[in-house]
Amino acid sequence: MLLKDIIEKLELKVLNLANQDIDVKDAYASDLLSDVMGKAKTGQIWVTLQTHKNVSAICSLKDLAAVIIIGNGKPDDDMLEHAKLEDVCVLSTAESCFDICGKLYGLIKSEV
Amino acid sequence: MELSFKIEGGNFSGAGSASSEVKRTLKQLDVDASQIKRIVIALYEAEINVVAHAFGGKIEVKISADKVFARIQDQGPGIADISKAMQEGYSTASSKVREMGFGAGMGLPNIKSNVDVFDIQSVVNEGTVLEMTFYLS
Ligand SMILES: Nc1ncnc2c1ncn2[C@@H]1O[C@H](COP(=O)(O)OP(=O)(O)O)[C@@H](O)[C@H]1O
Ligand SMILES: [Mg+2]
Repeated sequence: MLLKDIIEKLELKVLNLANQDIDVKDAYASDLLSDVMGKAKTGQIWVTLQTHKNVSAICSLKDLAAVIIIGNGKPDDDMLEHAKLEDVCVLSTAESCFDICGKLYGLIKSEV
Repeated sequence: MELSFKIEGGNFSGAGSASSEVKRTLKQLDVDASQIKRIVIALYEAEINVVAHAFGGKIEVKISADKVFARIQDQGPGIADISKAMQEGYSTASSKVREMGFGAGMGLPNIKSNVDVFDIQSVVNEGTVLEMTFYLS
């Protein structure tokens, strides 16, 4: 499903818009950066509670479609600045990791 | 082509910038995407290790037609027991560093599984030198 449709259907808050026409087929949920660095795949959405600049650095290094920050977390200023510079899509939600992952799974995995 | 970068210990907001610069260069040189992916993973983990565990250091990267060589040298506490440090899950990271999501003890294992030649030398209370080679063919 296109990232922009996912954003709309899950009512995600857009903190920095990018990659909206990417067709997203998968996601990865983790708060351990080495885990994401090692195992996340290009084009995935990353779901996490981390909010610092290394999150956008990893999104850009791994060519991830977007990051969803859970539990109403707010990205640090330098993270948002970096995201704007590097065209990283930063989204947030008030929902928990479990709830947003469940909905995301329903959306993108039911398409296959 | 040769690139070199300084790394500041403790400066997490600058971390990743060397890896990102190397990624950009490799892309411009039309290096295969799957090669770039593993180089970036290893380089980022090496960069983070200097930021998280040492006082400062430098990264040198040599890119040639058939391989990429990277040398990461730091001034820091060094590693007393390298085989222990190589174990998945082993970490001496501070709780502040762990809160950021680092310190899972997966960095060195991640590096090892993404390089073709891996060499780490360390002297306690002096520093660590990590060398990695990636064959491009
Ligand atoms: N450059 C370094 N200088 C000093 N100690 C290091 C360095 N790199 C790694 N280490 C030691 O090896 C351990 C394991 O490293 P790593 O696998 O990257 O996990 P992590 O960085 O998550 O702790 C570290 O916790 C640290 O004790
Ligand atoms: Mg590490």
